[in-house]
Order: sequence, then structure tokens, then C-alpha cells
Amino acid sequence: MPIYSEKVMDHFMNPRNVGEIENPDGIGEEGNPVCGDMMTFYIKVKDNRLEDVKFKTFGCGAAIAVSSMVSEMAKGKTLEEAKKITPRLVADELEGLPKNKFHCSNLGAQALNKAIDDYLKKQQKEGGKQS
Amino acid sequence: MREVYLDNAATTPLLPEVREAMIPYLGDVFGNPSSLHDWGDGSREAMETARDQVAQLIGADSDEIIFTGSGTESNNFAVKGLALAQQSKGKHVVVSAIEHFSVLHSAKTLGKWGFEVDEVPVDKYGVVDPEEVRKRLRKDTVLVSIMHANGEVGTIEPIKEIAGITSKLKVPFHTDAVAKAGTIPVDVRELGVDALSLAGNQFYGPKGVGALWLRKGVRIMPLLDGGIQEGGRRAGTENVPAIVGLGKAAELAKTDMESRVKRLTPLRDRLLKELPRKVGHVVVTGHPQNRLPGHASFCVEFIEGEAMLMLLNSKGIAVSSGSACTSRALKASHVLIAMGLPHELAQGSILLTLGIGNTPEDVDYVLEVMPPIVDRLRQMSPLYAKFTKTVKGGK
Repeated sequence: MPIYSEKVMDHFMNPRNVGEIENPDGIGEEGNPVCGDMMTFYIKVKDNRLEDVKFKTFGCGAAIAVSSMVSEMAKGKTLEEAKKITPRLVADELEGLPKNKFHCSNLGAQALNKAIDDYLKKQQKEGGKQS
Repeated sequence: MREVYLDNAATTPLLPEVREAMIPYLGDVFGNPSSLHDWGDGSREAMETARDQVAQLIGADSDEIIFTGSGTESNNFAVKGLALAQQSKGKHVVVSAIEHFSVLHSAKTLGKWGFEVDEVPVDKYGVVDPEEVRKRLRKDTVLVSIMHANGEVGTIEPIKEIAGITSKLKVPFHTDAVAKAGTIPVDVRELGVDALSLAGNQFYGPKGVGALWLRKGVRIMPLLDGGIQEGGRRAGTENVPAIVGLGKAAELAKTDMESRVKRLTPLRDRLLKELPRKVGHVVVTGHPQNRLPGHASFCVEFIEGEAMLMLLNSKGIAVSSGSACTSRALKASHVLIAMGLPHELAQGSILLTLGIGNTPEDVDYVLEVMPPIVDRLRQMSPLYAKFTKTVKGGK
């Protein structure tokens, strides 16, 4: 299918890190099924690093490839580094996305970001309780 | 790898007999059918034979057939041309909500030109209620355009009943029969319509050629001005090889129609019955019985159509989908939405359209390949995860 790059096809056919994490440190959801794509990211954090990243995605080939790529890019990074992953960077790593898919299917970075924010919020709360 | 083409609604393959019939007109017989010399005669005669063949397919007279460049052109011509020719009588047009875009967007253009367009809704099977058409007819209605069969969900519309209403009120009635003509019997006199569109690549003819049948005496405004080809109604040198191919395909469709229908219907019915059973959480779209013989369409819950299409393609199976992600415009199928399907279900749209080349083994193969593909995507889907949790939680 020539509308997608080889890299997109590879991540679509063999997606990395599919699944859920039991008792995750953060969850982030982006998109909605009405417009076609929805992604949920789960993260496990250790010493300020993303020890594990998993996702579940409802959507087209591009959406699945984006999720897979984001999970791969984020794993092992510090939270600050992971927050710097942008849709543009994801698309570049995938050797491009079709123009009309760039906005609607490229939600992985936002979903990951939300998962990190979710983790940070929980940390703050817990921190608040302790003090 | 096995190759199974199940996208005959997009286009059918060209039959070898049709290709053979076309070849002379891509070679030695090249004259312009409008020329008065022998070279012109050769092309003109072939074109007129094709006109007879197309006319016979739909029970029409040859001089009522206008060749066009596609089904889309036929629909544009009918909708715009008929409305414009009648505009001194009024500027009101009625179409159904599930028309092909070549009708819907033509109607939209009429809207920009000062016409008022009414859309008739459909029921959950995609059927137009003739009463709903009657309710919308007014003194200034100058055109009704309702499709004969829907290419996305396969549903066949009650055209004869609608024509009974429009003819009494003398409102011109066009039907887009692109998905149906050449597939199941169409007789324009019996139907009682005034104009009908068809296209070659829907019944094993070439792409880039269609026809509009226009009842004698019905006025139409040409879209293309120029020479007096096609009785002055469609200017431009005719695409002779394609027209010859359309004619041959029409002839074969008429001869073989019954055997084709008999061959395709059981294959379709097996898909309609077995696929939902094997995959689970699958909805058949369109009318369960009153549908095109090779047409099986579904919505698969919790997953998206394009991803399914691509995984099936990787297994050598060609299908299509009406999901938003599959369309360039990224909008879910207007047909499925008009039938009242929720957007997230419409995203799981998948369309399997059989052709005369398909075998029972092809159906076996699809039924074998499809469940693991759906399962794989569901394992990835947050919607499926939520669904299974709710079910378990409920128990």
C-alpha cells in the first residue's frame, strides 16, 4: 500500500509495546472513536524514567503505527525528555505520514503526554498527603 | 499467496472477450466517428452496434442512449442537465440521503445556482420510502433522483413505486443504476423512469465509459458544448474503444445475467451468514435480502475499517471500507450515518463485493483469514478492552 512509508507499514504490521500495564503509574487517553482514532497510553515510572510504556489504539494503520513509534521513542527516556516528543518528531521518525492523516491519526505524543501529566498529578497528591 | 479480489463495487476486471472486442479500435480502426469517409464509417458503425447492445441491456431504444465518460458524468449530466432544462417551471429538486456523491454533489451545485434541494431519508436498511418522496413533491419540483441500488450497502430501492408517483405528477425521475445495471435485470419501460445512469466498469467492461439513457422527448441541457456528437447532447470525439467495450460487456451481461446471479447469490449469502457468526459483534449493513447479488457489507465492532483492509490486503484479499480513515476527506460514510449507525460503528465498515471470478474457495479463505485479523485488532483496541471489562464487571 504505497500511501504509507515502509516504516509506517512495519510498525503497523508489527506494532511494539501493545497492551496494558497492570497498576500503571499514569494513563493518558486522546482522541475519540467518532472521528476515527483513539489511543490510550499506560506508563510505568522508575527514578523519573519511563521504565515501561504500553498502548491500546482504535484506529487506522497510521494511528497504530504512530502509537507503536511513540512507545518505542519514549521507553527509557526521562519524563522531561519524553515530554519533548512532538507529533512532528513522530512523523519524521516514521519517514512521513500522509498529509490528511497528520492531524487526526498523530495523537500518540499527546496521549503519552497526558499519561505523564497523570503520573505527575498523582505524585503531587501523594506528596501532599505525606506532608 | 492466494489472491482474492472482493472489491467489485470499486471496479470489475475486464473480461477477455471485451478486451478482444476493443483491440481493433485501439489499432487499425481509428477513424473519428463523425468523419464522412470510410475511416469514420468503421468507427461509427462499431459505436452504433454498441449503442444497440447497451439499449438492449435495459430495454431501451438505441437513440435514447447517450455515451458519457463515466457513471459520475452520467449522474452529473442527468441531475444538472435535467434541472437546468426545466428551470422555467421551478427550482426544486429531490434526492435521497444515500445517493452517490456524483448525484449529491451535483445537487449541492444546483443549490449554489439557486435551486432548493430536499433530501429524502432512509430507514435502517437504507431503503427509501416512496411516501417520503411523495411528501416532498411540490408544484415547482423539476427533478427527482433516487438511486436504483446502493453500492456501499447493496440495498435495492423501490424505483418502480417511486416512478408511479413521479409520473402521475409529471416530474422527471432520474435513477442512478450504476451499481445495478448489468448486474441484475433493469428494464426502463417497466420501471417507468425518465433517465438512468450506468457505467461499464461495474459489469466487466472498461473504465472511463458510461451511458445515460434518456426517455425520448425529455429535455436536457448539455454540460459539454461543442460538436453535434450524441445528438448534440454530449460534445467531444467519442472514446470509441471504450464504447465498443461497454457494448460488448452489455451484451455478455444480458446473456449471462441469470447464471451470474445464480453463481454469486449463494456466495454472498454465505458471507452474510458466516462472517458475523465466525467473527462475533458484527452487524450486516444494508437490506438482509433485497440487495445486490454479489454484495456483502458489514460493520465490525470495536475496530477500524482501514486497518482491517490493510491486514486483509497483506493476506492477498482486496476489500473496501466506508470508515472515515479510508476516505480522503476523513469523513465516515454518509450512507451508514444516514441509516442511523453510530459513528464509532461506521468506523468498522467493511465491504466485500464478489464478482464472477470468485469461487466458493475464495469465500472459505476469507472466512478463515478474517477472524484472526479482527481478533488481532481487537486485542489492540481500547474500545474492546472497555467492552470486555464491562461484560466481566456485569457478571
